[in-house]
Amino acid sequence: MTHEDRRLDRDAGPVVRPYALTGGRTRPAGESIDLLALVASTEAGSVGDLFLEPEYLEVIRQCRQPKTVADLASDLNLPLGVVRILLSDMREHGFIVIRQPGSKRLADPRILKDVADALRRL
Amino acid sequence: MPSAGYDTDLDQVGPVSIKILVAGGFGAGKTTLVGAVSEIRPLRTEELLSEPGMQVDALDGVEQKTTTTVAMDFGRITVRRDLVLYLFGTPGQHRFWFMWDELALGALGAVVMADTRRLADCFPSVDYFERRGLPFVVAVNCFEGARRFHPDAVRAALDIDPGVPVVLCDARQRSSSRDVLVTLVEHAIRLISDDEVLSPT
Repeated sequence: MTHEDRRLDRDAGPVVRPYALTGGRTRPAGESIDLLALVASTEAGSVGDLFLEPEYLEVIRQCRQPKTVADLASDLNLPLGVVRILLSDMREHGFIVIRQPGSKRLADPRILKDVADALRRL
Repeated sequence: MPSAGYDTDLDQVGPVSIKILVAGGFGAGKTTLVGAVSEIRPLRTEELLSEPGMQVDALDGVEQKTTTTVAMDFGRITVRRDLVLYLFGTPGQHRFWFMWDELALGALGAVVMADTRRLADCFPSVDYFERRGLPFVVAVNCFEGARRFHPDAVRAALDIDPGVPVVLCDARQRSSSRDVLVTLVEHAIRLISDDEVLSPT
């Protein structure tokens, strides 16, 4: 399949501008960031730096209450890959902390029974 | 994994999040199901259209020819203040498989939406989840005008394990879509309990 064919997909669109934010990088640095990892602003981030990029400030603002990467990307209306690069840069600067989701919970039938019960009440 | 310590605060305030995938062929009702049970929002991700062997990590500047975005369906159900269920409607076409591994990582399980008029469309999803060992259920979306099949007939046509639930649903109905999710969660609980019986720790 040629590039042209693939670009004509109904779900597809160019993402040139968001990558200007990342200096053209397409991969985040450091440890990978899960879709459901929780992001929280740190005190250092909350002090605020007027010289930060507006996107940095927006992430700091949005993550005063911890938020998942997926929620953040959707709220910022930015592609996931771009958000991950922003987050890895911000983590390096200490503006945010990221906690990967735990896997033990999935193996806990009590939590899953709570989920099933809550779904039935939907 | 991050070292314990610097993120202790997050451990205390963060909710438990559970991920469920909704897969299946194009037009099988993935978006409808996610929208019926949750507040649905678009989530964009990227597809790198790199040439084989190309160093994607070393792109100089913005390569507009190499990236397009793909919209996924993203839904959230707040079960409790400290327990949130996330639904991801995964594009069913082969060319989006690059996303599946990431989406499947740490997922509780998957719903495979099936349309009996185009049953073969869900084969790749079934294959994928079987291979990965991820719990899944098959939800046969009953479209108006389509012939109704008994779940056992669909099971036979898909050649899936007798333990995998196959249910009929109307993805437009909140209660019907909710029941599909309940079936999946109960199926996952059963599989976990079976594992514990086999390997008590």
